Amino acid sequence: MSPETAIVAALAWPLAGALAISLTGRVSANAREAATLITAAGLIWIVWGLVPELLAGGRPAVALAEPIPGISIAFRIEPLGMLFAALASGLWLINSIYSIGYMRGNKEANQTRFYTCFAIALAATIGIAFAGNLLTLFLFYEVLTLSTYPLVAHKGDGATVRSARVYLGLLLATSIGLLLPGIVWVYTAAGTGDFTPGGILAGHIASPELGLLLALFVFGVGKAAVMPVHRWLPAAMVAPTPVSALLHAVAVVKAGVFTITKVIVYIFGVDHLFSEPGSGWLLYAAAFTIVAASIVALRQTNLKRLLAYSTVAQLSYVIMAAAILKPLAEIGAAIHMVAHAFGKITLFFAAGAIYVASKKTELGQLRGIGRRMPWTMAAFTIGALSMIGVPPTGGFVSKWFILAGAFEADNFIAIFTIIASTALNAAYFLPILYMAWFEAPAKDDKPHGEAPPAAVAALTITAMLTLAFFLLNGPVIRLEQQLISGIAG
Amino acid sequence: MDNLLAQLPALQVVVPFLTVPLVMLLKPRGFAWLAATATSVVCFAIAIAMTSAILQGAPLTYAMGGWPAPFGIALAVDAFSALLLLVITGASTLTLIGARASIDSQITDARQPLFYAAWLLALTGLSGIVVTADAFNIFVFMEISSLASYVLISGGPDRRALPSVFKYLVMGTIGATFYLIGVGLVYMMTGTLNLADMEARVHEVGDQSPILVAAGFITVGLALKAAVFPLHAWLPNAYTFAPHAVTAFLAACATKVALYVLIRFDFLVFQPNLVGHDTQFAYFLMPLAVLAIVVASAVALFERNLKRLLAYSSVAQIGYIMLGASLVNDAGLTASVVHIFNHALAKGALFLTVMALAMRFGDVSLDQLAGAARRAPWTMAAFVVAALSLIGVPGTAGFISKWYLVMAALDEGWLAIPLIATIAAGSLLAVAYVWRIIECTYFAPADGTEPTGHVPPLVTGVVLIAATANVYFGIFTALPTTLAAEAALALQEALP
Repeated sequence: MSPETAIVAALAWPLAGALAISLTGRVSANAREAATLITAAGLIWIVWGLVPELLAGGRPAVALAEPIPGISIAFRIEPLGMLFAALASGLWLINSIYSIGYMRGNKEANQTRFYTCFAIALAATIGIAFAGNLLTLFLFYEVLTLSTYPLVAHKGDGATVRSARVYLGLLLATSIGLLLPGIVWVYTAAGTGDFTPGGILAGHIASPELGLLLALFVFGVGKAAVMPVHRWLPAAMVAPTPVSALLHAVAVVKAGVFTITKVIVYIFGVDHLFSEPGSGWLLYAAAFTIVAASIVALRQTNLKRLLAYSTVAQLSYVIMAAAILKPLAEIGAAIHMVAHAFGKITLFFAAGAIYVASKKTELGQLRGIGRRMPWTMAAFTIGALSMIGVPPTGGFVSKWFILAGAFEADNFIAIFTIIASTALNAAYFLPILYMAWFEAPAKDDKPHGEAPPAAVAALTITAMLTLAFFLLNGPVIRLEQQLISGIAG
Repeated sequence: MDNLLAQLPALQVVVPFLTVPLVMLLKPRGFAWLAATATSVVCFAIAIAMTSAILQGAPLTYAMGGWPAPFGIALAVDAFSALLLLVITGASTLTLIGARASIDSQITDARQPLFYAAWLLALTGLSGIVVTADAFNIFVFMEISSLASYVLISGGPDRRALPSVFKYLVMGTIGATFYLIGVGLVYMMTGTLNLADMEARVHEVGDQSPILVAAGFITVGLALKAAVFPLHAWLPNAYTFAPHAVTAFLAACATKVALYVLIRFDFLVFQPNLVGHDTQFAYFLMPLAVLAIVVASAVALFERNLKRLLAYSSVAQIGYIMLGASLVNDAGLTASVVHIFNHALAKGALFLTVMALAMRFGDVSLDQLAGAARRAPWTMAAFVVAALSLIGVPGTAGFISKWYLVMAALDEGWLAIPLIATIAAGSLLAVAYVWRIIECTYFAPADGTEPTGHVPPLVTGVVLIAATANVYFGIFTALPTTLAAEAALALQEALP
């Protein structure tokens, strides 16, 4: 399969899978689940098959249509998008195994709709990852928002629908009200919106307009959850846990920070942005979000909401790393997308496994649960340590790169923020670990065992990945070093 | 084959016209619908055939009765008219295919043959206005289409349609009369009714004042017909109380045909010959267009009835079309013509979904539609897609025209800022009034009673096709943009 065919296949295959899932769903649940797993495995085969081409320096591109002269619906793979697509497709398979255990264990309704929307959301994610210009990216960004709405509103009761409304309303309003004008501005000023190494805005837009344009992108991409447009993420926690795990720890939120990083690297241009005074505020906004979200997380009593605020903080790590505007920090931004994905999906898997096995959702109920669910809590511990950044977990690697970038830029705000947030992360995760492992269960606690085997298997795999990424991160770093070629030190 | 092609401009009008008496006689249930739909399909095919001929390069002309142009009545079809014909016949065909059940429920059996006959007369009139190259002929076809639309609008069971249609009749007649006065003045000074011939002769006239007066009468008369703000007062009630199928048909094309005549007449006859008339045209219509976009969108924000809400949105969208034309440049005219096509797609699809919703829920007030999305998921999905097109979200047809419009406005120097602000404000208001509908249909809890209406799969199918067209023409834009670019060029040909 030529790389160009593979791009089209990577978009079409999950959509074909969605069709197959919705058709087989009427026949039998087993056939439907088989369709999901085959689609996910096939997508990995297609997407990961492109990695050697990228490592060899290839940049496969394909254009589908040209609605307006000069503006096409086109795809072009570069290292950052490759990484994002490989990550999302790889974790989709693990998440699908987990979903089967979770959805069956909970006897959820409308499972066919669930798996169908999931496949469409993955197609949109691949579209975002491979987009060759701003308009294409925007299209798939909106498809991702719309296709995940039924997943968030899955339960369908009043409170869920109200939260889903916040989710949809905030993401649509920011993207149409801020992101789209920003994109139109880029096209009119630069005459193009193609993602070009080195950026396209140098010589077209300068300060102070540049700072305003950056704001349109940062707050227009609501999925990146920079405060104050983060409210949708805690609201989205009403979704079934597999949705929170893959979409609200990996695909959707990473689509947000991916978009911002990609725009900084390929539209604004790192060097152009560094030389302009109007862009400095982004670092402060991200740093504020990291600290504020961590403090809010400290006060949560519901496990999933705590994880959501932790995600808000971790996403801003990526943005802050990108905003340091130094090569090592840009690599750190890309790696943190991966490291956080492994760790956070493990944490959500664990939270979901606890819910399936015991219907527990609050922190106070977790006393002594480590003895009843040792596998789950071991994985949870690894995920939590990765969030804090303790070796030997993946979280340490990305923090290392971000700190190195911050030192390179002599950026003490960033250094201080990383230290403060590490302390805060420890402050909200360690008490949970202590309660789970070292305290005795409450008296009225009903005994229970582990979650369904499929769920436990999935969270064990992601926990292993979190550990493995500490040592085996070479290919990822090699891929992302291509990202920074040409950026001044 | 070439022989047949040469006859198509005439057949476009003659085919529906000659079927009218036949349809009136078809009493047995369903036959009148079948005959009208078949005729409409033939008309659509004729329009497609002419469009493909024009895309290959040859404008079509036809001399009625064999009399050559300035003496006899000439028919002429170029890119602009072909685009309008596609909109008119396409809207009529798609609506008729899907509307049978709705019309059955709203029009008594005995009156159905007359209803379909009036429909075909409206189709005849609207197509006639577009194909003819003769100013008086335009008036005749305008009267045919208007009288037929009065009948169509008042044909439904809602008695509130009667006062609305009376208002429409009075205002429509004033509009037509103004147009006729204008044409009379030009005829008095030049002695010709053929548009191309007028263009050649107007500058021979010594005293230009009557021509200027004629320009005023014609512009105001057609603006009345086209519901250009603030002459739109007839439109909301007429659309709201008409039978649902009629609203879908007329909303897609009726006002646009009047705009077509307005733009064509002004650019062909007046602007090349009257000194400074392009500035008059621009500065008369641009403020009205801006007001239409802002005021009508704001009014739509407060409407509780879905049809009225969409009717006010139509008034705003006419503003966008006028805004493009009032820039009097290539990009603006292209934007204007593209928006004629794309707005027809969006509004036609929206009113078709309204028709389907009305069949299911009986009434289309927002209160009645609470929680509708759970009962009619496909219809509401189509509604959302068409509404996104109305807003102008990328990936839909509406975005293409907004993009062209913004690009056209950017050429205007300092004027670009208020114009783009207007477009942005209009789009945001559209987001707001669409969001109200979505909130109500998707999020409001439904009252316990199960709606009794039944929607045949054919209706849902038509609605989905109309919504899909909005996405298709948002990505594969060659057809409307090529036609619009050619139309814009042709319109400016006569300009100095």
